[in-house]
Amino acid sequence: MTNLLEVDNLGKRFGGFIALENISLSVPAGQRVGLIGPNGSGKSTLVNCICGTLRNEQGTVRFDGRVLDGSTAHQRTRRGVARSFQLPRPFVSLNLLDNIRIPLIYTVAARAGAHRHAREIEGRCTDLLNEVGLHHKARHLPRELTQVEMRKLELARAMAAEPKLLIADEAMAGLTHSEIEDILVLLVRLNEQGVTIILIEHIMRAVMSFSQRLVVLVSGRKIADGQPDEVMRDPEVERAYLGQ
Amino acid sequence: MRSDLFFIICLLIGGAVFAAAVALNNDYYFFAGYVVLQYVVLSTAWNILGGYCGYVNFGTAAFFALGAYTTVAIYKLYPLPIPLLLVAGGAVSVIVGFGMGYLTLRLRGAFFAIATLALAVVLQTLIVNWDFVGGSRGAYIVRPEAIAPFGNYVRYLFMVMLVLAAAAVTIARLIERSRLGYGFATIRDDELAAEASGVPTLRLKLIATTISGGLMGMAGAPFPYYIGYLQPSSTFGFDYAVNSIAMPLIGGTTSWVGPVIGAILLASLQQIATVTISSAVNLLIVGILLVVFVIVAPNGIIGLVHTYLQRKPDDFVGRRPVKTDAPGAPP
Repeated sequence: MTNLLEVDNLGKRFGGFIALENISLSVPAGQRVGLIGPNGSGKSTLVNCICGTLRNEQGTVRFDGRVLDGSTAHQRTRRGVARSFQLPRPFVSLNLLDNIRIPLIYTVAARAGAHRHAREIEGRCTDLLNEVGLHHKARHLPRELTQVEMRKLELARAMAAEPKLLIADEAMAGLTHSEIEDILVLLVRLNEQGVTIILIEHIMRAVMSFSQRLVVLVSGRKIADGQPDEVMRDPEVERAYLGQ
Repeated sequence: MRSDLFFIICLLIGGAVFAAAVALNNDYYFFAGYVVLQYVVLSTAWNILGGYCGYVNFGTAAFFALGAYTTVAIYKLYPLPIPLLLVAGGAVSVIVGFGMGYLTLRLRGAFFAIATLALAVVLQTLIVNWDFVGGSRGAYIVRPEAIAPFGNYVRYLFMVMLVLAAAAVTIARLIERSRLGYGFATIRDDELAAEASGVPTLRLKLIATTISGGLMGMAGAPFPYYIGYLQPSSTFGFDYAVNSIAMPLIGGTTSWVGPVIGAILLASLQQIATVTISSAVNLLIVGILLVVFVIVAPNGIIGLVHTYLQRKPDDFVGRRPVKTDAPGAPP
């Protein structure tokens, strides 16, 4: 199996603070990866470096056989890296339908090199909202949504970009059991359609049921990477999570 | 409605206004109307960057003056007809708009606003020290008395500004309904999320500053012919910056209608105040109206109208009205 994402020796610092140090990570196409670590361990920074929101000073990010370093966030989105934000960041003045429309007209259409027919785009937006169960609120504004709906919108917008890799940054924080189940079903379905997924999550039940592989970051370093069960038994991981 | 049709309707409305002014047979209406139309262009142009993208530009006067001084410079070399001057003034401010955007668009919020204000100060200093265009003394432009078939030259200038205003409004409306308009809205809402959705934010912001700056420059190009005597302190006047921000805010920033309503309302009020009370109260009017609108109608007149129509103003934000009979919509 070829690797879709290859992070090689990546480093990022903020002033004197080392946020990430020598991170190497290869993700084969189609895999479901869980990325965990205590608060402040650099998970979101890693995502930001992969997605181009932040620039890494050291190391390279290779995606789908191409080096991404130096390309902007929107260029990476067009290459097939999509993300959802830890705190949902909807376009507040646009209704749900138009929120979904943005990646369709700016990423999918640009990638295909052709403008799609307006009705075709409209249909695709409705389909995506249907898929996450928000079609009844298509004409509503994001601020009228509940927390779980907001996260679903966030995911739907990431899915609309038709990514090869989806990075879900704490898509389930603050949700109830059944809501977490909803999101997990969505992600698994997406994965079955061939999308590689990196899930960043604190809720271990969700991570363990979802992930085929678990990566652990602590203080900007990768301390474990492998089968979820084995990783959880790792004494170093236990120490980081439970203290000693 | 298609944009060419919309443009023609704008021209027809303008033509009717022109005919009415001719029928009244008083050239003052052309004098006053010119200023109102000039503000329609300026506030529409400001709104493309300020309202659609959310980047507050305090440098309206700089772009306006660029157009005006391009005209003066060309006049000194070889007087060209007004339409060509519009193109020249527009071209210069397009270039400056692009340059300013490139240098400042990495700044956000108040920092961007201050940078645009700085641009106006820098340009004014340059003009004051440039003797060829009159320096601090100012420059005289000898306006022809009459021009066929309009008769009085001011009527001709009014007509030029009318066409420009129609063009500006058509462009704004076209942007609003296009892919570009959606992109601008995402920049206004959340740039990080916009980038993550594939929107090339820097490129779009450059497009916005360029269009906006170009239109402002075109609005300034005929000004020396209108005023006859151009001096830096009035051309770079703070009124332009304040008015072109206040007008869209009072009208409503999210659609092309807002700046038009705001400009017609405010500029007319100012013209009336100028002849009845004093031109000194102009900015006072703007100030009072702004305070009133911030309290009563933060979404401008458009927002007020939509609230009155028992619909939520946000359903309209920059877009066509939303059908409320959609499944799940509130009754």
